[in-house]
Amino acid sequence: MMGPFRPAHEDAPWARRLLLGLALLVALVMLLLPLLAVFTEALRRGLPVALDAILEEDSLAAMRLTLIVAAITVPVNLVGGVAAAWCVAKFDFPGKRLLVTLIELPFSVSPVIAGLVFVLIFGAQGWFGEWLRARDIQIIFALPGLVLATVFVTFPFVARTVLPLMQEQGRDEEEAAATLGATGFQTFWRVTLPNVKWALLSGVLLCNARAMGEFGAVSVVSGHIRGETNTMPLHVEILYNEYQFAGAFAVAALLALLGLVTLAAKTALERVAGRRAGGAA
Amino acid sequence: MSIEVEGVVRRFGATAALEGVSLSIASGEFVALLGPSGSGKTTLLRILAGLEGTDAGRVLIEGADMTGVPARERRIGVVFQHYALFRHMTVFENVAFGLRVRRDRPAEAEIARRVRELLALVQIPELERRYPEQISGGQRQRVALARALAIEPRLLLLDEPFGALDALVRKDVRRWVRGLHDRLGISTILVTHDQEEAMEMADRVAVMEKGRIVQCDTAETLLRAPATPFVAGFLGEAARLTCRVRDGRAHFDLPLPPVEVRLPDGPALAFLRPAGLVLHAGVGPGQGGGVVRSIRDATEARSRAVVEVGGTLLDAVLAPGARLERGAPCRVEVQSALVFGADGARAEAEAVLLAT
Amino acid sequence: MRGPARVVAIPGFGLTMGITLAWLGLIVVIPLAALVIKPWELGVGGVIASLSEPRVWAALRLSFGTALLAALINLPLGLLLAWVIVRLRFPGRALLDGAVDLPFALPTAVAGIALTAIFAPNGWLGAPITALTGWQVAFTPAGIVLALMFVGLPFIVRTVEPVLRDMGRDAEEAAATLGATRPQTLWRVVLPALAPALLTGFALSFARSVGEYGSVIFIAGNLPMVSEIAPLLIVIRLEQFDYAGAAAVGLAMLTLSFGVLFLLNLVQRWLRRGRR
Repeated sequence: MMGPFRPAHEDAPWARRLLLGLALLVALVMLLLPLLAVFTEALRRGLPVALDAILEEDSLAAMRLTLIVAAITVPVNLVGGVAAAWCVAKFDFPGKRLLVTLIELPFSVSPVIAGLVFVLIFGAQGWFGEWLRARDIQIIFALPGLVLATVFVTFPFVARTVLPLMQEQGRDEEEAAATLGATGFQTFWRVTLPNVKWALLSGVLLCNARAMGEFGAVSVVSGHIRGETNTMPLHVEILYNEYQFAGAFAVAALLALLGLVTLAAKTALERVAGRRAGGAA
Repeated sequence: MSIEVEGVVRRFGATAALEGVSLSIASGEFVALLGPSGSGKTTLLRILAGLEGTDAGRVLIEGADMTGVPARERRIGVVFQHYALFRHMTVFENVAFGLRVRRDRPAEAEIARRVRELLALVQIPELERRYPEQISGGQRQRVALARALAIEPRLLLLDEPFGALDALVRKDVRRWVRGLHDRLGISTILVTHDQEEAMEMADRVAVMEKGRIVQCDTAETLLRAPATPFVAGFLGEAARLTCRVRDGRAHFDLPLPPVEVRLPDGPALAFLRPAGLVLHAGVGPGQGGGVVRSIRDATEARSRAVVEVGGTLLDAVLAPGARLERGAPCRVEVQSALVFGADGARAEAEAVLLAT
Repeated sequence: MRGPARVVAIPGFGLTMGITLAWLGLIVVIPLAALVIKPWELGVGGVIASLSEPRVWAALRLSFGTALLAALINLPLGLLLAWVIVRLRFPGRALLDGAVDLPFALPTAVAGIALTAIFAPNGWLGAPITALTGWQVAFTPAGIVLALMFVGLPFIVRTVEPVLRDMGRDAEEAAATLGATRPQTLWRVVLPALAPALLTGFALSFARSVGEYGSVIFIAGNLPMVSEIAPLLIVIRLEQFDYAGAAAVGLAMLTLSFGVLFLLNLVQRWLRRGRR
């Protein structure tokens, strides 16, 4: 008469099957299909065509530029993010909540606005436009503008991933280090940093992925000069708008691969960190 | 090393954590800071360690003013409440830390020798490769102690170090730490809210209340001659009863026999320890009738009992030879009590010999 | 509150605070100040005139409407994914868990052209949808909602998931012992407990979506008054060297979106009233 025992918090088998089916459908349509489409479209005209599009001169230049922008952006936000996390997590001061809000602000600002603000300051009709032109310094439509806009957009990543962990770990270990005679730098290097290294690495990965994939902000400040101020995502747009779909999707596939690698690395990092934290006990 | 705390004041916003604390500790002495939570004992400890600043007053170590000297230059060993071990370092590295960050860093072989010596001293030489998460609470405490001792501290501070240990281990560890202190002779301050711990371990106990040290004495003196009602109530077991003094006699608000006491007339506060409250068989004349509610330690010479007097439950002892059972009526005799007058004056009270 | 000068134990306050303020000031505060100041070069009347163009209204309405709609649709979808990931055990669960982060990791332009390819009238899903219903997804506001759903979905999953994980099953078991049916338990016990997290996810999803550019412009069609989003209008005005006009639209967007986020925050406080 009675079925097998089912715990009170479990749904009926049919309900579970329905939920699972719906979830898989959502994941398929919303998450996996786009990824699949990128690679299918890239290979539609064969691997050689895709490779040609990637190895073509302009797209190589775009890759180089993307790498340069990321190589400047990531260290800047690494130093800034760690400094911000340290002073918010280890000290009490008035205005701390405002500071945290400001650090997270770029997350809720449109990337287009992120580009726009730098045009307003450094553009031809911007605050320093005349001054810069007189000295023949180019910021907008050049590398400095791309870097500024990218730094703005990726600003919170490192601070956001490291801060919660630093707060959770409190000040005990740093105070212990101080009573044992460690200087501030020794405390940071030997005590604080090792405790947050996995989170830090994961923040850097996310920051890097966003820096390389950013589109809206750099689109505003780039000027779209082929071979000069075009990053990879912008190059995808140009190819796409020129109806070179195979090329556009080939470069897009490369960017998608970057995203997948980042995702895999982040998951692996979380596993390692999880094992360090939980496995030892 | 001798330590001198002079009029230290510390405020957090509007609330004062310490309101003018003075304390002097002789070289090699073991002093406990005892008080309820929020009494300022941990703040005082953090000020000594250099982890917290002061608003007024100063701390002298060997006569040298410590104001403005950062924690890392004080050479004061601290065993933190939750040990604050470096979780990403092995036991060995935790203990070695203080040696490695020194300006005159010893050679690696010397560091290893010192660390092993310390681990042997705290009796956990086999754990050097383990991480803090892999060892027990008691072992962590030993690591924290070894780590603090590694810097050859001038003063050792223990912040509620036994709180995280279970009751069985705690007693052994207490005796062991005190023994270690006697062997090494390092001046030590223990912060605790456990009076038994403080009285068993320390040479002197400083009782703290609301940011002040109200009395600093040996355990024996604290129990025999508490300076304030707070100390009398906080240390040892005592029932706190209101009474009124008239013509050299304290009359309790409860129906208990009055006691003789040398205090001026007026309201007063009496502290009755169980040993001073004796139960006799049968209902006596006049005041002092009670009912036995429970009896324990029945095998010992003086059985403890709980007696109900006028609706209040009091701890008491049975008179020698008295045979009383739960629920039996009895006569309650107040043999001794500590009475504090309204002006804070203290007097020892004695039983009035009743004329029957 | 402890003043920073008092904490002598941990050093580095001055240095790190200095770096933080310099970094924050140069990259975020000063540039955003420029956005706040610039539009007023037009004068108050000019700003009003610049913003009251029908095209601006249409663009703002579209951006905010689609962002709110996408976040709303994402609520049940995100809850579903979080529930399945936390509560069910099935082969491939780790893969599903990882796939949720795809929109975070995939550059927006890549997502944009991929979604366009799928939902274009001749695409994998676009063709059957058009054949069955006659509706067109790509190059219409529906396409915008779809792109914003893609972008915002992980925010909801990732905010609900930890709460669901921590919630444990005691409350549900208690409800069962008190005689509640499963739907009653879900409706009266589980959902209220998740409500604050759902709202946070909604706010994050909205904040991200409302200014989204890369994934939208490919699929939007960008027809003025119909499928032209506000960020695109900023780009267009910049290309016409109308800096102040562009800044006016930017400022309006920022003000409106902070207004919405502030309202959501008020609701959040109301939801959390009396809770720790």
